[in-house]
Amino acid sequence: MVDLLAKSPCAGLLPITIGAVSVTEIDLGHLTSIAPYRGMTVTASDAFTAAHDMSYPAANRATGKEGARALWFGRDMVLLAGPPPDPTLAGTAALTDQSDAWASVTVTGEGAEEVLARLVPIDLRAAHFKRGHTARTLIMHMNGSVTRTGADSFLILVFRAMAGTLVHDLKQAMEAVAARG
Amino acid sequence: MRLTCPVCGERDRREFYYQGDAVALDRPARDADVAAWDDYVHLRDNPSGLRRELWHHEAGCGSWLVVDRNTSTHEVHAVALVEAQG
Amino acid sequence: MRIDGKGLVDRSKKLRFQFDEIGYSAFEGDTVASALLAAGQRLMGRSFKYHRPRGVLTAGSEEPNALVTIGQGASQEPNVRATTQEVYDGLRARSQNAWPSLKTDVMAVNDLAWPFLGAGFYYKTFMWPRAFWERLYEPVIRRAAGLGGLSGEHNPDTYEKAYAFCDLLVIGAGPTGLMAALTAGRAGADVLLVDEDSRMGGRLNAETYIVDGMPGSDWATEAVAELRSMENVRLMTRTTLVGAYDHGTYAALERVSSHLRGPAEGAALETFWRIVAKRAILAAGALERPIAFENNDRPGIMTAGAVRAYLNRWGVSPGQRVAVFVNNDDAHRTAADLIEAGVEVAALIDSRPDAELKGHAFPTYAGGLVTGSTGRLGLKRIAVKSDSITEELEVDCLAMSGGWNPTVHVTCHMNGRPTWREDIASFVPTPGSVPGLEAAGACNGDFSTAACLAAGAQAAKNALKDLGLKAPRGSVPDAEDAAYRLSPLWAVPGKGRAWLDFQNDVTVKDVKQAATENFRSVEHMKRYTTQGMATDQGKNSNVAALALLADATGRGIPETGTTTFRPPFVPVSLAAFGAGAQGEGFAPRRLTTSHHVSVAMGAPMIEAGLWYRPSYFPKPDESHWRQSCDREVGYVRSAVGICDVSTLGKIDIQGPGAAALLDFVYTNTFSTLKVGRVRYGLMLREDGYVMDDGTTARLGEQHYVMTTTTAAAGSVMRHLEFVHQALRPDLDARFTSVTEQWAQFAVAGPKSRDLLNDLLDDRIDNDSWPFMACGTAKVAGVDGRLFRISFSGEHAYEVAVPARYGESLFKLLLERAEALGGGAYGMEALNVLRIEKGHITHSEIHGRATAFDIGFARMISAKKDCIGQAMAAREGLLDPDREQLVGLKPVGAVKELTAGAHLFDRGAEAKRENDQGYVTSVSFSPTLGHFLALGFVKRGPERVGETLRLVDHLRGIETEVEICAPVFVDPEGGRTRG
Repeated sequence: MVDLLAKSPCAGLLPITIGAVSVTEIDLGHLTSIAPYRGMTVTASDAFTAAHDMSYPAANRATGKEGARALWFGRDMVLLAGPPPDPTLAGTAALTDQSDAWASVTVTGEGAEEVLARLVPIDLRAAHFKRGHTARTLIMHMNGSVTRTGADSFLILVFRAMAGTLVHDLKQAMEAVAARG
Repeated sequence: MRLTCPVCGERDRREFYYQGDAVALDRPARDADVAAWDDYVHLRDNPSGLRRELWHHEAGCGSWLVVDRNTSTHEVHAVALVEAQG
Repeated sequence: MRIDGKGLVDRSKKLRFQFDEIGYSAFEGDTVASALLAAGQRLMGRSFKYHRPRGVLTAGSEEPNALVTIGQGASQEPNVRATTQEVYDGLRARSQNAWPSLKTDVMAVNDLAWPFLGAGFYYKTFMWPRAFWERLYEPVIRRAAGLGGLSGEHNPDTYEKAYAFCDLLVIGAGPTGLMAALTAGRAGADVLLVDEDSRMGGRLNAETYIVDGMPGSDWATEAVAELRSMENVRLMTRTTLVGAYDHGTYAALERVSSHLRGPAEGAALETFWRIVAKRAILAAGALERPIAFENNDRPGIMTAGAVRAYLNRWGVSPGQRVAVFVNNDDAHRTAADLIEAGVEVAALIDSRPDAELKGHAFPTYAGGLVTGSTGRLGLKRIAVKSDSITEELEVDCLAMSGGWNPTVHVTCHMNGRPTWREDIASFVPTPGSVPGLEAAGACNGDFSTAACLAAGAQAAKNALKDLGLKAPRGSVPDAEDAAYRLSPLWAVPGKGRAWLDFQNDVTVKDVKQAATENFRSVEHMKRYTTQGMATDQGKNSNVAALALLADATGRGIPETGTTTFRPPFVPVSLAAFGAGAQGEGFAPRRLTTSHHVSVAMGAPMIEAGLWYRPSYFPKPDESHWRQSCDREVGYVRSAVGICDVSTLGKIDIQGPGAAALLDFVYTNTFSTLKVGRVRYGLMLREDGYVMDDGTTARLGEQHYVMTTTTAAAGSVMRHLEFVHQALRPDLDARFTSVTEQWAQFAVAGPKSRDLLNDLLDDRIDNDSWPFMACGTAKVAGVDGRLFRISFSGEHAYEVAVPARYGESLFKLLLERAEALGGGAYGMEALNVLRIEKGHITHSEIHGRATAFDIGFARMISAKKDCIGQAMAAREGLLDPDREQLVGLKPVGAVKELTAGAHLFDRGAEAKRENDQGYVTSVSFSPTLGHFLALGFVKRGPERVGETLRLVDHLRGIETEVEICAPVFVDPEGGRTRG
């Protein structure tokens, strides 16, 4: 019998550190999109909270912590990152395995906000985009997800196949920010 | 240009895809006459002034939106989810 | 000359730079213009058309004359204003538009020919003969007239774009802007203050005003220090606001490192900012107007405000013996400042007979006019006419002031028109021109320092109220509050050439001539004379030209109108607009999991949307792509081929309404599809034309996976969301793109099952996996999916695994395929295989084809409604005369067929009227040994067997083809099911 070898989306591309900012690939575990059916949002949300020990995130919010997070992921959709979805969710929502669909990186360090200000067309300053806030938006030309996970740290998701472009775009912004001193 | 998505909040125009007149919401019945279908698919006014348009928050939440916008002043009067149009 | 004890430059920091290969010294804080003037170098450029010697006219970004090229080689930057370029050690500047040198420019002969080169000269002269337009006139004109040039090499500099957000944007950091920022900052507002200068303070740094009991520049320094101490205030220097756009969006250009020698690695030269502000205050100040008189363009003649700026800001007197020529009180301070600095004032000439000029130690001329000047490379003398007596004065500098124009530009960027104010003889912004923006201070027509400070504070209070913040207590500091009195003087009467637009060499005469020739509209005058069309956008000349046009046409200024000010406020390099979009930044690169393996195999990659796919996989002994392609086709037809098909769109559809929704978006029925089976589906647009096609698999009672073409994946997803959200919200279904989740490979060919049975945990056979079966399958221990579908017409499968295993599975599949006499195939072979089978792609469903046209009319189920059904039934879309899909094969000796060629009846002339159809796809079929093609022919299916003329007008190819059925290989489909 042969074994298939797993390769992460950013293999060979990360980590990188330029100036005070670092970009690191992060393995979020299982990724499952949860899209409650019509009229089932409350049921799905209750089942989710009971099973996963974190609240079901409202629009533009993220819950949970490292290892088990829930990111609001679009209209009627939440992305569970970490554990596989609890079986009680079945029937309340469309559950779709996305574990391999996204490249996930963290952007950390003083200046992370400045780096992202070069790529993301929304106000990510701490006063407006607090820990626990998430957004579906653009990262340069790519549709993606941006979440603040700490004072100087963000979680970014883009389509797996665009991992190289994500690293390229981040790197260019990091170099420009670092060069300003 | 900026639009306030009812789900995501105020966002830059680059996150949105522009479709066209919101008349596309009023799909005729299957057996409607040819004129009704022609009107629905092809005939569009090109007003200078208030207009109902369809936009898709493609790089955001994915909602389809009805935008009341003035094509002369660029003023946006309202943005609503298409499903709220009834 | 440098004046001791004056100026804000740092005299402890000496810098060296070059202008036209000659070394000069400067101090930190100098611009190229101030340093050259300090060295007595008045000549800095040549004019655009007449190559007239020119020096600085201004001390700011509106400068029309002193344009230089900075740097050398690939990164040289042309048309940089010497008045804004800061000197750094080692800077190299060169003059432009002069040959062989700035002093002796042979093209200055144009100046002698001036009677022939006036307004409309080009339109009238370069008319005949027509053949000369492109060959002679244009190259000659381009060489003779022009500005600096680009290097022609790839620009190695880095530019960047960034976003900024704030509650209050303050544009300009003069007294108004500083006061506004202080007021709003103290109230805790989120303030962004941008200023185009390297040093904030605006005119406070250029004048000798006292503010709050201290020199204005000291007050500015203190204000800036206080602002810097506030966490809620951000300050950006060297940042020019260049445009106002809808809904509080502004564009600004920051010069990040153009003032630095050898910026840090990776540093941007410029940053193009997109700023979003809830409120904005425009405190852009005002620009001084020159006065038109004969030969008013000589080096040494400049605006009075510029003279004071060089004196007070940079400690440089632009001349040793200076005359001042004005029409207003404000400019009188020029003489006072010069005297105070110990510079000789030759005369103060005020055009107003009632001007108060008493008590001066220098000659004064009330009601005097400067009527001319001499000094070709630099001002030597001016002629002053007063009480009908003309006398000549020896001067090397003339400070002129025709009054001030508020800098209204940004308020016009959203189609606003400024309002004429008679008392200041100028335009002011019309309130509300840019929603959310208030103009304040000098740009709003308030010219005294006290008025500016008060206006800044008031504008901030207005903004704070809108933002729901409480304005802080505190009063506005004391400052001069002199009245601004002037009497308009646009042009001194005279016969010679009096310049209005220095940069485009437009004179008073040109404007009058335009009026005479009935170009009476200001927009027509502008285009006829080119006034205001140079890089300064008429900042120095628009109002005067308008006033003269009004006069010449017997109208008032407000009736004559204004030209339109459009963004950008100052020239912005294309590199800044396009920052980040060069090379890899142009568009995302979407790479499949097999990408690196394919590249390592030498496969040339082609773009498919954002994806990259292998064209073919060359072997060492192959010298032409066709050899590789033919071999790869052979793999699939006789053994087994492997192709990455992950780029096709995959949409996961779940929910109780999933089946009904698919029935509604597809022409055919999916609610009847059995679980574990796949069906081909055709999707129409609402107008009845084909949108996309693909297979959809039913994985569960309420669970489907739809496949789209690679190109249409995004638009189909958008369409599904639209149909669901807008048209059929009654159907409960959820869509998720899973394109990226799965790495999917076609395993195609008679040996495909043998290959798979080696890798699957559970063996398959024709009963467990018949044609069009699908389901989950363990692939080498990994949970995957298996679909028995075929695009090639062979016994084939598509096998999918989570993307992390994609590369590994691809390698494994290749290894096994090679062992079975097969291997990888690319897009070229894929295309041949599908043409041989008559399968369509977007070459055929190109937006003009209906289901009827491609022979799929019967796929539109009449049992249900679907998108496009009603319109597809229109008579015209079912007309048998329509061009319909057919196969085409060559007749006689094998000749090349080309896609895009048109088809004609034999014997008919190959012209549009005789067009019978066209070719959409072409390939050489190694299976059949000749070319074959797909195309559309009028009444095509009825004409099978008929021979047509194929003519490719573009490539010059002509041959004959026979119409046949579009399926060339295995029309019965036995191989697929085998």
